[in-house]
Formats: sequence, C-alpha cells, structure tokens
Amino acid sequence: MLWIYRFFLGGAIVSLFAVTGDVLRPKGFAGLFAAAPSVALATLTLTLLNDGKAYAATEARSMMVGAIAFLVYALACVYLMAKKHFKAAPTTLTMLGVWGICAFGLWSLLLK
Amino acid sequence: MRIQINLGSLRRIKWHEYLTRFVLGGAVTVATGLIARSYGPVVGGLFLAFPAIFPASATLLDKHEREKKRRAGIPHTIRGRLAAALDARGAAMGAVALTAFALLVWKLLPLYNAALVLIAALGLWLALATFIWRLRKLHVYLSRRRTAPPSHST
Repeated sequence: MLWIYRFFLGGAIVSLFAVTGDVLRPKGFAGLFAAAPSVALATLTLTLLNDGKAYAATEARSMMVGAIAFLVYALACVYLMAKKHFKAAPTTLTMLGVWGICAFGLWSLLLK
Repeated sequence: MRIQINLGSLRRIKWHEYLTRFVLGGAVTVATGLIARSYGPVVGGLFLAFPAIFPASATLLDKHEREKKRRAGIPHTIRGRLAAALDARGAAMGAVALTAFALLVWKLLPLYNAALVLIAALGLWLALATFIWRLRKLHVYLSRRRTAPPSHST
C-alpha cells in the first residue's frame, strides 16, 4: 500500500512542478522548474513518516551529490543541443548516463 | 525581463503528455524508495536529485516548437533544440539551488520541525534559483551593452 501512496504522491508533486514550468514565461525561467525538488519532497515526506529524521537527513546529504551531478548533466545537455544542435529526446536520455557517472563517481569519492 | 504566467500554453499539452509526466514522476519516486530500501539511504539519496522530468519536458518543448514552425510553413528548424537548450540552461541554474535545498534539509532536519524545514528549503530553492536566473540576465544585458557599437546622437 505504501508503494501506491508513494507512486501517487510522487506523480502528483512532479506534475505540479511540471505544469508550473509550462505556464511560466520566459522559457529560461520556466526551465528552473525542471530541476525542482519534486521527487525529493515526495520521498522525504514519506521517509520522515516511516523511517524518521536521521534517515531522511542522510538521504538529503547524498542528494547534494546527486544535485551536483544534475548540474553537470544539464550543462552537457545545453552544450549538445545549443552548440551541436542534437535532438532533445536522444540527448536528454543518453546524457542520463553522465548523471549516473557523476553521481556514483562523487559518491565513491566523498560518501562511500 | 518580467516573469509572466501564460495559462494558454496548457491547452497545447495533450492529456497523454500529462499522464506520461505523472507516471514518470510516480515511477521515479517508487524506484528511489526501492533503491533506498535495498542499498540504504546514502545510495538512495542520490536519486532524490535524479533528472526525472527533464527529458520529458525538453522533448515536449522541442516537439511543440517544431510543430509551431511546421504550421508556419518551415519544415526544418533547429528552434526546438534551441528552446530545449534554454530549458536545460534553466535546469542547470535550478540544480545549483537544488544543492542548497539538500544542504539545508541535511543540516536543519535533525534540529527543527520537519514540515517547517521542508517549507524553508523549498523557499530557499525558489529564491536562489530566481536570484541566479536574474543574475545571469543582468550579466547578459551588461555584456551586450559593452559590446554594442556606440550610438551617434545628432
């Protein structure tokens, strides 16, 4: 049952931030909402209820590393789409590998 | 540049596009929970900053811009990719603010009321992301003014 709650809460919060990004102009400002803490809010809320503050704080510490990886991922996407004119779908999907390499690379250096 | 709300843009988005984002968001949240359960909160926490929605948003933006140009009689254009790149630039600024969000939650959560900490962290994310965006706009404006040729007044 917990997983169903998790699915609907995550879907609702992510959709809310996505719609906020859709209605805002200029587009550059709306882009901020692509990196909104939507998954974090849903996950941390449920983690706090089930596992407590210490567990959630540990997740938040790791999230900093994930956010730095997100920055590298987004900059790589900017470069490939703005300078090389690559299509959005393959670029944003394949660059998720860059996010993974950065996130786990920093994790093994700083948190492991 | 002023920040505006354009509700008309919601009409361009199809119901299955809303559904895709809802399912993606829900799936990533469930996956994050499963990873944390299997590998612990240190690994699970990395995925709190996973770019869950960005690929879908950028693809939609690219597609909508291309459709707009096709309706205007321009079949081949890179405008969609440039719009998606602009979105990615915004996401990069949002990601810097996301780091501050995580830092605040990590440091304050053990000390204060959890709901207040999450609200404060969300406020910090929005304020910092907006500040960085405005700072970049100012930088672009000043750079253009510096490189623009001097105007000759009569």
